[in-house]
Amino acid sequence: MANMQNVRTLMGDQDPANRVKNFKEVALGYSTGAAMNEADRCLSCVNKPCVSGCPVGIPIPDFLRKVADGDIAGAYEILSNANALPAISGRVCPQETQCEGKCVRGIKGEPIAIGRIERFVADWAAFRGITDKVEPVPSNGHKVAVIGSGPAGLTCAGELARMGYEVTIFEAFHVAGGVLSYGIPEFRLPKSVVKREVEKLEKMGVKIELNMVIGKVLTITELFEQEGFEAVFIGSGAGLPMFMKIPGESLVGVYSANEYLTRINLMKAYKEGAATPVLRNKKVAVVGGGNVAMDAARCAKRLGADVHIVYRRSEAELPARVEEVHHAKQEGIVFDLLTNPVSIEGDEKGQVQSITCVKMELGEPDASGRRRPMAIPDSEFKMEVDAVIMALGTQPNPMSYEGTPGLEKNRKGCVAADENGCTSCPAIFAGGDAATGAATVILAMGAGKSAAKSIDEYIKSKQ
Amino acid sequence: MKKYEIAKKKALTPEIGQISVYAPLVAAKAKAGQFIILRVDEEGERIPLTISSAVDGLVTVIYQKIGGTTMALDLLNEGDCLQDFVGPLGQPTEVEDLGRVAVLGGGLGCAIALPVARALHQAGNQVDLIGGFKTKDIVILEEEMSEACTDLHICTDDGSYGYHGFVTGKLENLIESGVKFDHVFAIGPLLMMKFACKLTEKYNIPTTVSMNPIMIDGTGMCGCCRLTVGGEVKFACVDGPDFDGHKVDFDEVIARNATYLEQETKAREKHLCRLGGGAMNG
Repeated sequence: MANMQNVRTLMGDQDPANRVKNFKEVALGYSTGAAMNEADRCLSCVNKPCVSGCPVGIPIPDFLRKVADGDIAGAYEILSNANALPAISGRVCPQETQCEGKCVRGIKGEPIAIGRIERFVADWAAFRGITDKVEPVPSNGHKVAVIGSGPAGLTCAGELARMGYEVTIFEAFHVAGGVLSYGIPEFRLPKSVVKREVEKLEKMGVKIELNMVIGKVLTITELFEQEGFEAVFIGSGAGLPMFMKIPGESLVGVYSANEYLTRINLMKAYKEGAATPVLRNKKVAVVGGGNVAMDAARCAKRLGADVHIVYRRSEAELPARVEEVHHAKQEGIVFDLLTNPVSIEGDEKGQVQSITCVKMELGEPDASGRRRPMAIPDSEFKMEVDAVIMALGTQPNPMSYEGTPGLEKNRKGCVAADENGCTSCPAIFAGGDAATGAATVILAMGAGKSAAKSIDEYIKSKQ
Repeated sequence: MKKYEIAKKKALTPEIGQISVYAPLVAAKAKAGQFIILRVDEEGERIPLTISSAVDGLVTVIYQKIGGTTMALDLLNEGDCLQDFVGPLGQPTEVEDLGRVAVLGGGLGCAIALPVARALHQAGNQVDLIGGFKTKDIVILEEEMSEACTDLHICTDDGSYGYHGFVTGKLENLIESGVKFDHVFAIGPLLMMKFACKLTEKYNIPTTVSMNPIMIDGTGMCGCCRLTVGGEVKFACVDGPDFDGHKVDFDEVIARNATYLEQETKAREKHLCRLGGGAMNG
């Protein structure tokens, strides 16, 4: 008989008053007892709706059962076979709209905290050195190149290495991980966790070449012709920041969220004495309502600013994970909803002084199915700020694949790829944000996994 | 040779150094006008430097000791390795047969003007290379520059060598004396490029400038290096670094480049302090 407790087992958080002064992880994770108690709430439903909600198809009830029985090592084996990066997805997946959103226990009470248990199992295995006990699979003699070391690239590389492929990941930055390293802050995804997952891949035999901007130093064509790769996976993400095209966006103190987060997360500008600077502001407006906006806002808070989220729709439409919004509010971040910036004003030195916004109301649903925000006439008001962070989403960066003969792009400028990661070129595959435009870590991981399968089929079909 | 090893190092002046770094893949692709980004050590910041030349697997860059990072860079010697070295980034300078061109280099900008002048000269242009320096003692690359152009004109602010005055003054002299330039390339400090553009606008000469804003990734990802060109936002790292000088909003770039002035000054002081301490102990 399952544990019929209707609410989730609590997971500890760092106290908001303390955590706004540090960059340490906010969510503290489950103890073994808490994880077992929570996992035991699973009813082991026959039709497993949770699995259908998982982009990488983890056999969720199976690993939960192992946890409930106290066999954490067994749970890890099931989990890690289906998901290359469980310590990461357990922390950053929007579970409420995926596995947990489909959980039967959610009908009468709270769904099972699958993400928390996933994280617990992955961390448990890492602490016991189980994660490190990976052996390279003997090579099958086929070389595959992966462009980008974000969630799509890492997953694709891991899956291929497991099948015996000789995989080389090409990363433009000096650190692997893509958005996991430069984008998501330490307090939400510790960089030691990312490093651990990357090192695991290296132990599996994956080569990682840093400082390699594909498209500049080597082209995709050269990867095939000079370097002898038989297939290429493009997982270069959607890295180009968008701006609003309103007056004042190039004033000193206006950041793209990408820049702000890269300075802080990748370049460690939050640390005392860091070589890379970041402005320490008094009052910051973060424009946007997604996870990236929450990350930027919470970073600004930790650097000592009074922070406002400026979002043009209402709370119900916030694209961020519920947990991020909750954490942001706990940390004292003010949400100016139904508010849209129209201009940014500067002082005589060209530094941001204020942001002018209008109040919005929601009209009829638009193409996205969400109610269209419309400006309320004469509702303009000015907010004094010394920095503005634009977190409006990103577009694909075509640098790695621009000019590749025969490679088609879609309307959004992404690499045109089907759900199996196949593109218009038989030996080129793509997935993650590079193919879909900005989405989530887990969707990118799912795409990397599917593409690995397609690459395997493609290479086998040539023989 | 090891990856990113400093194969050669030379002090051009007490303030300006030149290093040739072993990076064969970068060297094979590098073209005039492109840049690299380097990090000195594991904790280091990423700084962009324009490629001065690239031969035999070695990429040469020239730096001025103006901040913590360039000072740390200057402490490395031949045989030491850089932490990171990535490139070639940015669009190469469009080199075509334009006719008679003037290439203006201001101070350290001469290091960047040199490959541009060389490429233009090789493409069949008649090239007047005008290099400006504060004073005679800090003139760099004179021999290399004279080989890379048709006529070299050195200028010094204090008149201690060559033409007495700014590069813009020399350019105006040439124009006034009847030289008809088809194109001008201005490479150097922002103020110099701004005034060069004001001058060429007056004479209606198309002008290309090489912008050097603050960057992090150099691949278009952060938008830190954005500038307004003809009313449109451009990223210097991927759309540039070369732009139509008559369309660039220089005042905006000047303000943006001063974003971290306070932090940079502190870093420089801290570094000098450390150096001072080391010298005393040593």
